[in-house]
Amino acid sequence: MRRVRVIPTLLIENQRLVKTSKFKSPNYIGDPINAVRIFNEKEVDEICILDISATRSKISPDLEYIKLLTSECFMPLSYGGGVATVDHALKLLQAGVEKIVLGKIAFSNPKLIAEIAKKVGSSAIVISIDVKKDWLGRPKVFVLNGTENTGTAPMEFAKKMEDLGAGEILLQGIDRDGMLAGYDIDLIDEIALRVGIPVIASCGAASPADFVSAIRAGASAVAAGAMFVYRGSLKGILISYPDQQILANQLYNKL
Amino acid sequence: MIVIVDYGVGNVASVKNMLAKIGADCLITGDTAEILNATKLILPGVGAFDAAMSRLYELNLVQVLQQFAAMGKPLLGICLGAQILLHSSEEGKLEGLKLIKGKCIRFRNTNELKIPHMEWSDVKFVKNHPLSKFDDDPRFYFVHSYHMVCDDSNDILGVTNYGYEFTSAISRENIMGVQFHPEKSHRYGFRLLQNFLSL
Repeated sequence: MRRVRVIPTLLIENQRLVKTSKFKSPNYIGDPINAVRIFNEKEVDEICILDISATRSKISPDLEYIKLLTSECFMPLSYGGGVATVDHALKLLQAGVEKIVLGKIAFSNPKLIAEIAKKVGSSAIVISIDVKKDWLGRPKVFVLNGTENTGTAPMEFAKKMEDLGAGEILLQGIDRDGMLAGYDIDLIDEIALRVGIPVIASCGAASPADFVSAIRAGASAVAAGAMFVYRGSLKGILISYPDQQILANQLYNKL
Repeated sequence: MIVIVDYGVGNVASVKNMLAKIGADCLITGDTAEILNATKLILPGVGAFDAAMSRLYELNLVQVLQQFAAMGKPLLGICLGAQILLHSSEEGKLEGLKLIKGKCIRFRNTNELKIPHMEWSDVKFVKNHPLSKFDDDPRFYFVHSYHMVCDDSNDILGVTNYGYEFTSAISRENIMGVQFHPEKSHRYGFRLLQNFLSL
């Protein structure tokens, strides 16, 4: 049986755990450390922690706080938010982070990707590619929490990142974020099989059936936020994660 | 004292975290005397084969590790730390530590499966060995593009499937190596390291 990684994405803003909708309106969920502890107990495959205010506020990664998070993690942890130098990347890895997620900086200073790759290896670099349609309906890469259109097509950017030494792509369909209505399958379909590196589908998952669709479209792993922190249509807060039996029956065995 | 070899390659913090959870004290060091005095040695490692070996040469640790191994005390290599226990790798030109006969080769013919193998996968232990005692079928986190191939099939401790079956754990007397990351593999990694500590 082949397993694929199912990754909870946790968004942090000023040390508070939040969940967004379409990258906007952060809703307070709880304490990040407590959430990480619960996900660890649930034996999640991997966890992705994104500080959504760091880059915007020009704040460097808060290493002491990140160490508190990694000390609760007996699974791989990726971290993104405010990483702007090779030194940030090295310090994060020393703090127990497995992979560094880069967004805006990958666009404004692409050479940094090659520099980090040379130092720590490609498998520690994840590029977040956040995609939204422009006013003509063309998919474009957006940065800074989806507020700034780079004008670049996702495929072109993905290829460039792969060539520079990125190890994975976190492919986020901004308009699907928090909607619990499934991934942007067309987007996954366009990118995933045309790059050699793994693509993690992100934004929109509501059930294991959505994971299956993303993997069938070419994704190597799946991420979800709202699905793991909300319960029911009224979005009551409850941290959950499917157990191995559910994942085997509803995901692994359907691939 | 349990020593985690610090040679600037690998995520030593996570290994230390897991040992602390088990309740074991450990020392993270690259000091020759400390390494030779260790009761047990953990050799971590990520990145490229030659980069790791050249760091060990720079720090004069190649002979030290071989000397430690010859004393018969338990040594566990993790990920790249396991690969360098072998003689060579397709990834590089340098010789490995040559503690177990074999080499590393790049994954080939995995068809639609991408390389690196970056997944949780089952490990089937093929030998009755203290390291491989589990209550249920263990799964572990893997990240690698090259895998180990032993010259002597008696040195194969565990196998995993990714496109095809490959050697994911090796052992020969006091020398052990695992391709996966026990320090990032929840209770299965906890148990494996606990098994190692109880040797």
